[in-house]
Amino acid sequence: MSAANTDKVVGDTTLFRHQVAEQKSKDFLTVEIGGQMFGIPILQVQDVLGELKVTRIPLAPPQVSGSLNLRGRIVTAIDVRKCLGLKPLELKANERRMSVVVNYDEELYSLIIDSVGDVLTLPDKDFETNPATLDVTWKAVSLGVYRLHGRIMVVLDVPKLLLSLHQLN
Amino acid sequence: MDDLIVEFLTETNESLMELDTDLIKLEQNPNDKDLISKIFRLMHTIKGTCGFLGLPRLETVAHRAENVMGRFRDGNLEVTPEYVSLILTSLDRVRYLLRHIEENGTEPEGSDQDLIAQLDAVYEGSDMPAKSQVSDASAPAAPAVATAAAPGPVEPELKPQEEVVVTASAALPVAAASAAAVGGGGGDAGESSVANQSLRVNMGVLENLMTMVSELVLTRNQLLQIARNDKDNNFVAPLQRLNHVVSDLQEGVMKTRMQPIGNAWAKLPRIIRDLSIELGKKIDLIMTGQDTELDRQVLDMIKDPLTHMIRNSGDHGIETPAERLRAGKPETGKIILRAYHEGGHIIIEITDDGKGLPTEKIRQKIIKNGLASEEEAAKLSPQQIHQYIFAAGFSTAEKVTSVSGRGVGMDVVRTNIEKIGGSIEMKSTEGKGSTFYIKIPLTLAIVSSLIVESAGEKFAIPQLAVRELVLVSQKSENRIEMIKHTPVFRLREKLLPLVSLEDLLKLTGEHSESFEERFEHKYIIVTQVGNYSFGLIVDQVFDTEEIVVKPVAKILKDIDLFSGNTILGDGSVIMILDPGGIAKVAGENNLSDNAQDNVETAQKLSSDSKTSLLLFTAGNGSQKAVPLSLIARLENVDMKMAEVSDDRMLLQYRGSLMPIIPFAPDMDLSPDVFKPLLVFADRGKSVGIIVDEIVDIREEAIDIQIDGKRKGVFGSTIVSGKATEIVDVMHFLNSVHGDWFKDHGDESFLVHDKKKKGGGSSKRILLVDDSPFFRNMLTPLLSAAGYEVIAVDGPSKALELTEREENFDMIISDIEMPDMNGYDFATRVRSIEKWQKMPMVALTSHATPEDIDHGYESGFDEYIAKFDRDTLLSTISKTLARGNEA
Repeated sequence: MSAANTDKVVGDTTLFRHQVAEQKSKDFLTVEIGGQMFGIPILQVQDVLGELKVTRIPLAPPQVSGSLNLRGRIVTAIDVRKCLGLKPLELKANERRMSVVVNYDEELYSLIIDSVGDVLTLPDKDFETNPATLDVTWKAVSLGVYRLHGRIMVVLDVPKLLLSLHQLN
Repeated sequence: MDDLIVEFLTETNESLMELDTDLIKLEQNPNDKDLISKIFRLMHTIKGTCGFLGLPRLETVAHRAENVMGRFRDGNLEVTPEYVSLILTSLDRVRYLLRHIEENGTEPEGSDQDLIAQLDAVYEGSDMPAKSQVSDASAPAAPAVATAAAPGPVEPELKPQEEVVVTASAALPVAAASAAAVGGGGGDAGESSVANQSLRVNMGVLENLMTMVSELVLTRNQLLQIARNDKDNNFVAPLQRLNHVVSDLQEGVMKTRMQPIGNAWAKLPRIIRDLSIELGKKIDLIMTGQDTELDRQVLDMIKDPLTHMIRNSGDHGIETPAERLRAGKPETGKIILRAYHEGGHIIIEITDDGKGLPTEKIRQKIIKNGLASEEEAAKLSPQQIHQYIFAAGFSTAEKVTSVSGRGVGMDVVRTNIEKIGGSIEMKSTEGKGSTFYIKIPLTLAIVSSLIVESAGEKFAIPQLAVRELVLVSQKSENRIEMIKHTPVFRLREKLLPLVSLEDLLKLTGEHSESFEERFEHKYIIVTQVGNYSFGLIVDQVFDTEEIVVKPVAKILKDIDLFSGNTILGDGSVIMILDPGGIAKVAGENNLSDNAQDNVETAQKLSSDSKTSLLLFTAGNGSQKAVPLSLIARLENVDMKMAEVSDDRMLLQYRGSLMPIIPFAPDMDLSPDVFKPLLVFADRGKSVGIIVDEIVDIREEAIDIQIDGKRKGVFGSTIVSGKATEIVDVMHFLNSVHGDWFKDHGDESFLVHDKKKKGGGSSKRILLVDDSPFFRNMLTPLLSAAGYEVIAVDGPSKALELTEREENFDMIISDIEMPDMNGYDFATRVRSIEKWQKMPMVALTSHATPEDIDHGYESGFDEYIAKFDRDTLLSTISKTLARGNEA
């Protein structure tokens, strides 16, 4: 797995924007959700997991699938499909969902996605802001998009995604 | 430097930092009552501590600042930026004084008259002097240098002070430098002299260590699991070793957090000493159990409440020597502080022999403060009245001293203790003194929890809150009843409100089945939060586990029902239920109701002579009761099985013939009728009594109100609201087996005259007998004769009662008992000073003259055969009468 385990995580959106502007290129972990490619800034990624046993948390927002034990730390699992207003993924036999563990505000969250792709280094010139007509739910958790060869990658705004859950409460 | 001073400096510096942030918040939001109260309390603490350390200058400044805060709190002074600056200036003065003490060990020369004048002006309501005066008031005293050393988050907010900082630093560069050095470490000055054998470790480091150890334990458990499946593995031996090391490590890390409670008490003697000088009282502080260890975190939390309470005891509780002498007490008052372990808790008792709580005065105050109407207040019992001292803003001291009397204190104490899952109770007798019981958990980090399941999901509930577990089934006596749609449960004659965990957590959708089906075979977890009890309905109860509490993720913080989450031994994550949060949802009763409960509980405790009674009906007349423990078995027999032989009814029972007798002559005993049979058995003999119907089993204190007229009935009492006859089983047994009690000796000794019972009402009798059969037999008998009976199962229990300072008018003791025989017991009793003259009666089946002589030698006054009812009663009344004459 090419995901980097790094302690230094940039959780601040403004700081991230700043970096996008200053640096020539940026690394992203690509993931797939409902056929759409998303990119998570690599510095926010702590771990990539297969499916683990999740304990349900009653009364939590529906987007919160539960909590799981990651090497002695308790991680809150978030169903990104639900955050994006997508239907639950129908899994075929011996197919498993993947999770990307991100660190936000000293706490770990596991983002449940469909599958994990690659780590891409993308030049800043390919970055564009959200299309004006983008779905509101999506716009709320997207930083912008990258044009790749024949594909579009949406940059996932992790802090915003988590913050929206907080407000839901 | 004095340890006390060092500690004071550290504490005060911490409080000051907190105050700084709070004051600025206050400026932005002047109407925040909570915030004002918090600042006021912090000020109060600073002031109080200063007073006892002999720092008059510091104390005066804090006191005056507190006065002003008091006006903010009462809402009769608006908080303006000018006033906030003034308070900040006072704080800076406090800091300046503190730093001087830190460096030189004494307060600096000079006066704070300027500042005090300003504070007093505000307090008295005359307008404050020009604002500019604040900063240049007095050159040596005003430097607000320490603000510069305040930690990051505070500093940017301190805009109004910045200018002062700069000028002052320029004026006093040396002080500024040292302040920076000291302030950074939270005022650790003087540590070098204190720290010798020990090392100060950041709690964060220990926390981290703890987390890693927990993880290690988990991994070890998994490894052991693997090794267990494969016995011939090479890893078995090293794993065993790892196992031990990890266990030791876990214990060791836990120990680093434990500290003797004496650490929190160290400054109390000094406080009491200074207090007694200041108030002109004579006070002895007696401390026991200093070595009782508890978690450092808990220790920190209770330190201030304890100091407050001890101070209260000295200030409000203990009277002046003159008053004490007038009240017939020794001149020197006593405050006793005790700590001990009790079932996973630490109990701290604070007892004083002072004047106790003035019930009437509190009642007046309740009315005056509008906490209850005059009518309501008149109805409250003293205990309920006393509960009000825990209400906010309540002080009964007539004048406000610098020690206490501002009405902070007890509410803060209670808040702090409840914050850590503890509870505080109090009992007080006017004129005699007060006792406070503080119950706190040993540790906050590791909590023993009960694992329960509801709708297939597991949850942990802290054992601290769990009182008992009840298995309910809708088909049995223990069943859940519905009032409208609210489930309730009758637990020992009290209605327990219930909440279903499933519904509470919305684990499943709508229920279609009836409540009978829903609540079939469920567990009720009787949970107690403070004084409020409720039942939590769950599907399944597993074992208990020691769990490490971890906070829930921030996005889940708003769910009040969870206090945290944790990882279980099997590696799964589990949510920890917060009993307090559930209680809120389940609807907490108000204070007076709870106080009422307390009264009831207290009363129940005082007469702990509760007996389980089997209620039944037989023939005509009211329901009957017999002590359940006398009954060996309950059978349901077909009356056609009963045979008559030798004019007696007999039943073939377990391979032998058992005599059976109908309870009442007018019962329907025709064949083909099934009747319940109460089987009594003792020493190989048994007898059955036929009754009509078994009604219930109840736990009641036997309090016979009307004596029995008929043979076979001790008398009547009220059980669950109905007049009930307490049955004299002995009468029936003797009527069948004339020789039933031959083994116990049926002759009477030393009976001079057979007087009827009399004059013995409300005498307390201690009954010592190892056989529950006889205890249960005699207790109703003696109650019927008008005595209060305390029955214990052996001499050791009886001797324990002497230590609890229980008082009795007479002791009746069996001779043959397993752990100590009656002769030795009598000798022991006679060796106790206050029991030397206590009448003692031996009850026995031993009959030889030697035995009787032995009995007298050991200290018994009388010697009676068991179950000679009349002799026993007459002997008791005679002996008591003689005791009264003596």
